[in-house]
Amino acid sequence: MTDQIPAILVLAPLFGAMIIGLAGQKDHRACFPVALVSLLVTLFASIGAIFTVIESGPIDYFMGGWEKPLGIGIHLRIDSLNVILLVAIAIVAVLVAIFSIRRIGDKNAEKTPHFYSLYLLLCVGLFGITIAGDAFNLFVLVEVSSLTSYGLIAMGSSRRGTLAAFNYVLMGTVGASFYLLGVGYLYLMTGSLNMQEIHSIFVANPDIASSKAVAISFILILIGIWIKMAFFPLYGWLPNAYSYCPSSSACILAPLMTKISVYVMIRVMISVFGLGWVFASPGYSNLVVWLAVIAILAGSMLALAQREIKKMLCYLIVAEVGYMVGGAWLADEQLWGLTGSLYHILADAAMTLCLFLAAGIFAKRFNAIEIDDLEGLFKKAPWTAAGFVVGALAMIGVPPTCGFFSKFYLIRGGIEANHWEYVIALLISSLVNAVLFFRIFEIAFFGVKPSEGHGHHEEEEAELKEEHHPEIPNWTGTSSLLVASAFVILLGIFNGKVVELIRVALEDLTVVAQRF
Amino acid sequence: MAEFFEQTLQPHFNFWIYVILMMIGLWALIAKNNLIKKLIGMSIFQTAIILFYVSLGVKEDATIPILDPYGQAEHAAAEAEGAETEGEKKRDSYIGKKSPDPDTMANPLPHVLMLTAIVVGVATLGVALSIAQMIFKEFGSLEEDEILEIVKGGSVDD
Repeated sequence: MTDQIPAILVLAPLFGAMIIGLAGQKDHRACFPVALVSLLVTLFASIGAIFTVIESGPIDYFMGGWEKPLGIGIHLRIDSLNVILLVAIAIVAVLVAIFSIRRIGDKNAEKTPHFYSLYLLLCVGLFGITIAGDAFNLFVLVEVSSLTSYGLIAMGSSRRGTLAAFNYVLMGTVGASFYLLGVGYLYLMTGSLNMQEIHSIFVANPDIASSKAVAISFILILIGIWIKMAFFPLYGWLPNAYSYCPSSSACILAPLMTKISVYVMIRVMISVFGLGWVFASPGYSNLVVWLAVIAILAGSMLALAQREIKKMLCYLIVAEVGYMVGGAWLADEQLWGLTGSLYHILADAAMTLCLFLAAGIFAKRFNAIEIDDLEGLFKKAPWTAAGFVVGALAMIGVPPTCGFFSKFYLIRGGIEANHWEYVIALLISSLVNAVLFFRIFEIAFFGVKPSEGHGHHEEEEAELKEEHHPEIPNWTGTSSLLVASAFVILLGIFNGKVVELIRVALEDLTVVAQRF
Repeated sequence: MAEFFEQTLQPHFNFWIYVILMMIGLWALIAKNNLIKKLIGMSIFQTAIILFYVSLGVKEDATIPILDPYGQAEHAAAEAEGAETEGEKKRDSYIGKKSPDPDTMANPLPHVLMLTAIVVGVATLGVALSIAQMIFKEFGSLEEDEILEIVKGGSVDD
């Protein structure tokens, strides 16, 4: 049974999506249970995968029994690096599905099956990306997840959302095409598409590995993935796409899409090219760290300038992507930067989920789109506000939450690698986050500055709006928010265990990878 | 000039064309004002990569990569004899013995990959066209500058 876990992870949501597509046409209430069941199956499968991988090492799965040397085939591989991510994806997917129950069904019943089948297909793509062991399969699965996310973003009622989705299609396709081109050069040089095969060919033939074509392919792949993850100069599609789409879509896309792209980058660096090759010339890794520094600073500054909550969170994502890319490229001896960036993938998924869920609830129940609209919400929705506070504290980096520990490891990596500019950028970004979120806390606790003077009136208005949606039960959204914030804290408290897992995975992989 | 042609351009002719096509596509994607023209640019961009991959698999004087259990000469002979049962016997005896020489075959793998990439491209184009249709319904225009003017005009966000 455990041998089949990789197939189950991909196929359960796929069949779920098909069933929803058929059954949902008759009765849209059938959609949610099917989606939840298939997501729970993936959750159990991924938890099973953790135990299997810890006990008996990586699980290799060849679809249809077509083994590696034949060149083409679907190779799924779960090792200790991606198994934690699988659980994270499954948990986020289940929580957002619970959050979305009434949100999707309320206004547009005819769109419900479409939403849930796209949602499950997105999960297929994300699980597939995480466990793909083949460079070309990875491209196809990236496109599966991207195509569904275009659909999810364009589903909203906002016109700007549609426009943002169009821009995202163009940017996303260019990114995927660059990646495909890079894989083409890799295939040209090695004659294989399987990641392990390519890597062993590089190890066996250093002259191939040091050729210009391989360097070009690495650059093309990096540019492609950077577009997908909205790394700083290529982030243009992200803020509008994630802030004008339906909040259920934003809640699943924002925590997962960019983080999974970061994981893809790390996977390509470790498993395909090998860290020894990637960090061979320090000039390039310094350049990337500087780019990450610019990304962190620019993302934070742009976030300061926003008045809408979701837009602000989107620019914070741009900054967080900078954290992760910079951490992965620090190239310190002990790989603490890489550890921190892998841990931050999990931590950032949890805290972004928290903040977006809270922003979604605020927007739906109190019509609070802008920061000033949040006035007095701590009284009206104490639980939602508590979840928001936990997410925000994690974003700032306050100790019991996971945000503190990921910054701790990243800063440790930065110091050991002598990249002080990265450390300073992280600290500045934490300060900016503190300014941003404490401004929100102030407004939400004590109201808008008295000079604006219409506080009382707005409060009444918000109450009216609340009465407008009396049928919305707030327990689904709030409970998934509270579970998410519990994860933010638990991930922080048990950071030792998670980091230990990551260290073991990195040691396993880099022992193989650095033999050049 | 002739030297340049023979040494640089001719041996890598397909690759030059793919780079040129890719740049045309990228230019259309960035510079064109009409959304449909942008999509055409996107398609050209993807097609350029398909050309690149297909060029990878090409060899001079190569045959199609199909396993031929008879071997070509035997196949002709068996057909001339017209004996089906004998042919089947021969086939059994040849299977496993006569593995064809892979050096004489074109590499089929890039072509197979491109079938998948074409499907992905078609799906992307379909999604993009339907989003463009939604944009036309909501803004009444497909020209980017007009749409941006409507967005900036503030009469948005219903």
